Amino acid sequence: MKELTVISGKGGTGKTSITASIASLAEKRVVIDADVDAANLFLTLEHKVVETESFEGGHKAEINPDICTCTGCGECFQRCQFDAISLNFTIDHISCEGCGVCAHFCPADAISFERQICGEKFISTTANGPMVHARLGIAEENSGLLVSQLRQRARQMAKEQHIPLIITDGPPGIGCPVIASVSNADALLIVTEPTLSGMHDMQRVMKLGRQMNAAIYLCINKADLNPEASEKIKEFCGSNNIRFAGEIPFDKAVIESMRMGQSLVTYSDGAASHAVKKVWQNVSSFLGETRDRLI
Amino acid sequence: MIVTVASGKGGTGKTTVAVNLAVIAPEGSVEVFDCDVEEPNAHLFIKPENIVTKEISTMIPDVDMNLCTLCGECEKICRFSAITMIAKKIMVFPEMCHSCKGCSMVCPAGAIKEGSRVLGSLLTGQSSRGFNLTWGELRVGEAMSPPLIKQVKNKIDKGIGKLFIVDAPPGTSCPAVVTLRDADFALLVAEETPFGLNDLALTVEGLKKLGVPMGIVLNRADMENGIIDDYAVRENIEILQRIPFSREAAKVCAKGHFLVDELPEIKALFQDIYLKIINNLNSIQKSDKGGQ
Repeated sequence: MKELTVISGKGGTGKTSITASIASLAEKRVVIDADVDAANLFLTLEHKVVETESFEGGHKAEINPDICTCTGCGECFQRCQFDAISLNFTIDHISCEGCGVCAHFCPADAISFERQICGEKFISTTANGPMVHARLGIAEENSGLLVSQLRQRARQMAKEQHIPLIITDGPPGIGCPVIASVSNADALLIVTEPTLSGMHDMQRVMKLGRQMNAAIYLCINKADLNPEASEKIKEFCGSNNIRFAGEIPFDKAVIESMRMGQSLVTYSDGAASHAVKKVWQNVSSFLGETRDRLI
Repeated sequence: MIVTVASGKGGTGKTTVAVNLAVIAPEGSVEVFDCDVEEPNAHLFIKPENIVTKEISTMIPDVDMNLCTLCGECEKICRFSAITMIAKKIMVFPEMCHSCKGCSMVCPAGAIKEGSRVLGSLLTGQSSRGFNLTWGELRVGEAMSPPLIKQVKNKIDKGIGKLFIVDAPPGTSCPAVVTLRDADFALLVAEETPFGLNDLALTVEGLKKLGVPMGIVLNRADMENGIIDDYAVRENIEILQRIPFSREAAKVCAKGHFLVDELPEIKALFQDIYLKIINNLNSIQKSDKGGQ
């Protein structure tokens, strides 16, 4: 079984549009939307939700004013490293990290420390395999934990149903949910764009991929908007041992397909659609050459 | 006052809007803070000089095995599986640690000292246009961006009476929330696509929770479908400006240049956004004073 994660560093380069297309082109696969706090894959891949489960994230501390065993000693206020407790002993839930230090040291047992429901996990069926996705509650934490759970579930399904491929649509950035999306993946497909920002961010995400020992492939989206920069990116791939998977031209069909709720390759037979098909051909042959991980 | 440029969806043009606003504002009246520490880009446009870099670290436990009695209290209190006892040894997993110091507080033998893990860098530099840029750069491999974002925001000196333009990270979880809280006004950069609308709506819900007033800038506005307009009417959010899509503008941004320098028609749009933001901030200030 192979795991391919689509990432970009910079947001808005076209990760989700490309993931939706390659998920439609792959014969049989599990696809995961790991951009759990701004999930979009479900908008562009026809699916039917068949299973819903709530996501239990971390714990949150709460000083219950009704129980009122609080003596106002200030122990919690002094120990909290996150400035989450104010002098009138209310807890700011956004600042609270869920470490439980306040609850542990409260001499009056006035602080409750319960697990929180932070979102929902879904399993859906699509034309060529299951989709695992989620919705993180607004302003909730633990996106990394949620991504890890989605990937675990996907692996389990792939095993049970003998599906040889898991494709993950990763979040932007390089932080916690990205690390959770990339760890133990066999290969990364970096979707970049020929802009100064795109190139800068692509290099950081490439460095992360190297740290995680994943094979790295790259494609350039909207390549014709800046041909000189696209050439530079290709050169960069050549000198950095990155497999170049192809370039996709700017095409209004990408947004039209999104508006129709379909993947690009399902909706259109135009230039971008052809280019994405070529990218997928390359990626699947690269994947064939990449050895399976032992884990 | 703090104006934070946010979007939910990535790549809608947050950084473009933030840096061009800074250039159009009267000289000496603004400062820029890039809180997208995972992938900071504002410096690519602003090209600051005289850069001062400071390494930012966080506390992790450093166990002195000569003092440790293997009581296991540290493992018990840690919610993040960052410290654990394996074969009569205490193992620390630095990247899992949230720096709550629970382990060192609870250790009866005083065996846990303060070690450190590098989060990234805090940088400040000056633009040739007469404003400062402060930004953070998360170390590649580091998972936690909020502590570094807080360090960037700590550099905002509200006392100096400037307009602070803050560039937010994408998404709606901790990094975005840490950046957006205590903003005086959120400038939402939206694009007229189903993904753009979906993520804009999530951000708006978050801002309502935080109680931050907001306005929308439509970027690459070329379609007549009006999905964001309908949404804005329903939610009673003002659309401050529409920046039309043009290959020209895309090229200017791709090269890391300022739109307001090269495209006069877009410069006029930014001047208008700037004035509308100032008006919004003035009325917020007035209503704050009225409430007191």
